Amino acid sequence: MATATATPIPQIAAHTTRRDESGWTSWFTTVDHKKIGILYMVTTFVFFILGGVEALLIRLQLGLADNTLVTPEVYNQLFTMHGTTMIFLFVVPMMAGLANYFVPLMIGARDMAFPRLNALSYWLFLAGGIVLYASLFFSPPEGGWIATVPLSSTSYLPSGGVDAWIYLIHLTGLSSLIGAINLWVTIVHMRAPGMSWSRLPLFVWSILTYAILLIVAIPVIAAAVTMLLTDRHFGTHFYDPTNGGSPLLWQHLFWFFGHPEVYVMVLPGFGIVSEVLPVFARKPIFGYKAIAAATVLIGFLGLLTWVHHMFATPTPVVVLIFAMISSFLIAVPTGVKIFNWIGTLWQGSIEFTTPLLFCVGFIATFVIGGITGVFLAIFPVDWQLNDTYFVVAHLHYVLVGGSVFTIFAGIYYWFPKITGRMLSERLGKWSFWLMFVGMQVTFLIQHSLGLDGMPRRVYEYDNVGHLQLYNQISTFGSWILAAGVLVTVINVVRSLKIGAVAGPDPWKANTLEWFTTSPPPANNFDVVPRVRSLEPMKDIRREIERRTAEGVSPDPAGARQVVS
Amino acid sequence: MGRPTPNHAGRKLGRKLSLACGLGLLLAMVSAPAAMAGILLPESGGSPNADQISSLYKITLYVSLVVFIGVEGALVYALIKFRARRGVAPAQIHGNTRLEIGWTLGAALILVVLGAVTFTKLDSIRNPPNSGPNGLQLTAGVDYATTDALKPPNGKSLNIQVNGQQYVWRFTYPGGKNPDGLDDPYSYEKMVVPINTTITLDIVSQDVVHSWWIPQLGGKFDAVPGYPNHTWFKISKPGVYKGQCAFLCGRLHARMIAEVDAVTPAQYTAWIAQQTKSIAAADKAAQVARATLARQTGAASVANP
Repeated sequence: MATATATPIPQIAAHTTRRDESGWTSWFTTVDHKKIGILYMVTTFVFFILGGVEALLIRLQLGLADNTLVTPEVYNQLFTMHGTTMIFLFVVPMMAGLANYFVPLMIGARDMAFPRLNALSYWLFLAGGIVLYASLFFSPPEGGWIATVPLSSTSYLPSGGVDAWIYLIHLTGLSSLIGAINLWVTIVHMRAPGMSWSRLPLFVWSILTYAILLIVAIPVIAAAVTMLLTDRHFGTHFYDPTNGGSPLLWQHLFWFFGHPEVYVMVLPGFGIVSEVLPVFARKPIFGYKAIAAATVLIGFLGLLTWVHHMFATPTPVVVLIFAMISSFLIAVPTGVKIFNWIGTLWQGSIEFTTPLLFCVGFIATFVIGGITGVFLAIFPVDWQLNDTYFVVAHLHYVLVGGSVFTIFAGIYYWFPKITGRMLSERLGKWSFWLMFVGMQVTFLIQHSLGLDGMPRRVYEYDNVGHLQLYNQISTFGSWILAAGVLVTVINVVRSLKIGAVAGPDPWKANTLEWFTTSPPPANNFDVVPRVRSLEPMKDIRREIERRTAEGVSPDPAGARQVVS
Repeated sequence: MGRPTPNHAGRKLGRKLSLACGLGLLLAMVSAPAAMAGILLPESGGSPNADQISSLYKITLYVSLVVFIGVEGALVYALIKFRARRGVAPAQIHGNTRLEIGWTLGAALILVVLGAVTFTKLDSIRNPPNSGPNGLQLTAGVDYATTDALKPPNGKSLNIQVNGQQYVWRFTYPGGKNPDGLDDPYSYEKMVVPINTTITLDIVSQDVVHSWWIPQLGGKFDAVPGYPNHTWFKISKPGVYKGQCAFLCGRLHARMIAEVDAVTPAQYTAWIAQQTKSIAAADKAAQVARATLARQTGAASVANP
C-alpha cells in the first residue's frame, strides 16, 4: 500500500452490488441488519414515548397530596407499565437496535452472523410489546415491574395482566437471548482482518459484555416467570408460602436477573460515550485497555450483587456483608471509567456538538447516580433508603443518565450514517439543555422526598412537611424533560426531509462505519480494509491525504501540513 | 498530566473556590443537622439505631461530597479549559499507566474506609441494648423471642409481634394468661410502647410482602410470609412516631399506615390492662351476638366469620 499513485484514491470503497429491497413489504421480509436495526430503533422509540406518557401521568397524580386524578388501581398499572416499558421495551431493545446497526459496520462485517435469527429477534420483541400493550384493553398488570409474589399470584391479582407481563418477559427474553448469541458470534468471528481484540472499538466491547450478561441472566428470569405461570394456572406451589413454597425464591431469581439487567442497560451506553468523546475531543480514548477491562469486570461483578436489592428481607448478615462488598467493588471499575473519560477530554480540543453534550451530560448525571449507589450499598443506610423515593431518584440518575442520555448521544452521532442527513444542531442543543435541566429538576429533589419518608409506589401521600412542594418541583421538571424529548422528535422528523446531506464521514470519526456511504449499501463495504490500529479511519484519512498530496504535490512536508 | 500553562493562577483560584464551596456546605450541614433531616439526611431522633444510621449516612455524605466536587469540578474545568480553539492542537495521549493505577487505588481506598466505618457502626445498629433502669420492669429470664432474633445482652426485652396484612398492621403484645399466647392483647395500626425499654419486634406477614418502617425508629424490615424478620427500637422521649408500609402490597398500599406511641411504663401497663379489658368485652359482646343469631336462625351455633 505504500506505493505512490498519481491519482487520488477515493475514500469510499462501497458500491451497491445488489439491488436493495424496497417498498413497504421489505420492512417485513428484511434480514438486513441495518433495516432490522432501524425497525428496532423506531419501535423502541415509540415505546419510549408511551412509557414517558405513563411517567407524566404518574407525576401529575403526585402533583397534589391527595389527588384523585387516577384511581389506586390505575396508578399501580401506570408505574408497572412505565417500568416494564422503559426496561424491556425501550432501553434493552434500543441497545439491541444500535448494536444491530453498528456492530457489523464497526467491525467491518457485511451482516450479522445469522441474519434470519436476527429478524426473528426483532419480531419476537415486537410480539412481546404487543402482548403487554394489548392488556391495556383488558386489565394491565399492576404488581410493579418486579411482580413480587405473593402479590402477583392469582389469590391477589387474578386478572390476566400479570400473565401478559409474563408473556412479555418470555417473548422479549427469547428475543434478547437469540440476539445476544447472534451478536456474540458476529463479534467473535466476523471482524475485519487485523482487528485484534486490542483494536476492537469500545462500543463493541460493551456489546460483547451486554451479550454475555443476557446469555447468563435471561434463562434465570425465563425459568422464574415460567414457575410463576405454573403457580398461577397449573397448581404448582413454587412461591406459595401457604403450601411450602418460598416467596424469597422469587426475589432471588428475579434480582439475579434484575441486577445484571442494569448493566445490560448502561454498559452499551458507556460504549457509546467511549466512541463519541474521542471524536469530539479530537484525541484518542484515554486508557483504552483500562476501559475495556473495566467493562468486562463490571459485567462479572454485576452478577454477584443482586442481594443488595433485598437488604430489608430476612437474610443472614454475612450475606448482606457480601452483597455490600461486591457492590463496593463495582464502584471501582465504574469510577475508573469516569476518570478515563475525563482524561480523554483533558488536553483535547473539545467541539461542543450535540452528541458530545449528551455524553458530558451523562457523565455529570451518572456521577450522582454512582455516588448514591454507594449509599445504597451500605446496607444499614439502605435500611432507611430502600423502597423510598431516594431509590427512585438513584435509579433514574443511573438510567436516564446512563441509558437515555447515551442513547440520545448515539442518535445524534449516528443519525447521519443511518439517514445520510444531519440533525439540526440548534434543535439538538435545545433538546439537550431541556432534557438535562428537566432531568435534574425532576429527580434531584426526589432524594429529599425519600429522606423525608415517602415510600415508592404510593398513589397519595399526606401533605406533611414539604412533601407536596417537593413533588410539585419534580412534576414541573418532568414536563421540561418531556419537552426536551419532543424537540428531538421534531428534529428527527424535520431532518429526514430537510437535513443537510451528511456525506460518509461528517464528524471525522475513528471507526469503520464511517468508511462507507451514508446510508450504507446493502452489502456495507465492497472492500474491507485491513485494520492497523484502534482508529482505522484516522489511518485511512492519513493515507488518503498522503496520496492526494503526493498526487498534487510531491513535497512530503506539504502533505503533513494538510493533516491537521 | 499537569503541563504548565499560563492559566496556572486561574486553576489555583478555581481549586480554592471549589474547596471553599465544599467546606461551606460541610459547615452548613454540621451546624444545622436538625434542619437537614428530611432534606439531606434520613429521619432520626427516635431510637439509637436510627441515630447511628443517620450518622453513618452523614459520614458517607461528607466523603461523597468531596468525591462529587472533585469529579464534577475536573469535568467542568476540562470542558472550559480544553474547548476547541484555533491554533491549539489536541495532545495525542493514549493513557498514563501510573495515573490510572493511582486513581484505581484511590477509589478502592475510599470504599475500604467506608466499609470500615460501616463495620464499626454495625453492632450499635443491629444489636439491641439493655433497657434503661426506669423502663418497664420485665420479668427476668423469660425468653420472649423464640427464633433467631437478636436479644439485648441481659436477654430482657418487650417482644411485640408485628403482623402485616392487606392493608393494616396488627400488633400483639405479651401479657395474656394463656401459655399459647392466644389471649395476648393486641392492637391495630397504633402500637403503644413504654419508653426507656428495649422493644424487639418479630415481623411477619399473613398475606403478601409488606415492609415495616417508622423512619425515626430505624430502618425498614420486610414482612415476608413464611420468613419472620426482626428488629428493635428503644425510645427515650414520649411521643408519636409515624410511618407506613414501604413495600408495594396492593392497591391501597399507600393507606397502610403505622404509628408508634411512646408512653411512660406506668401508662403502658395501664393501657395494656385497658386494652385487655376492652378486647374481653368485645369478645363477650360478639359471643352474645352469635348466640342471639343462632337462636334466631335456629342453627346449632354460629362460627366466627
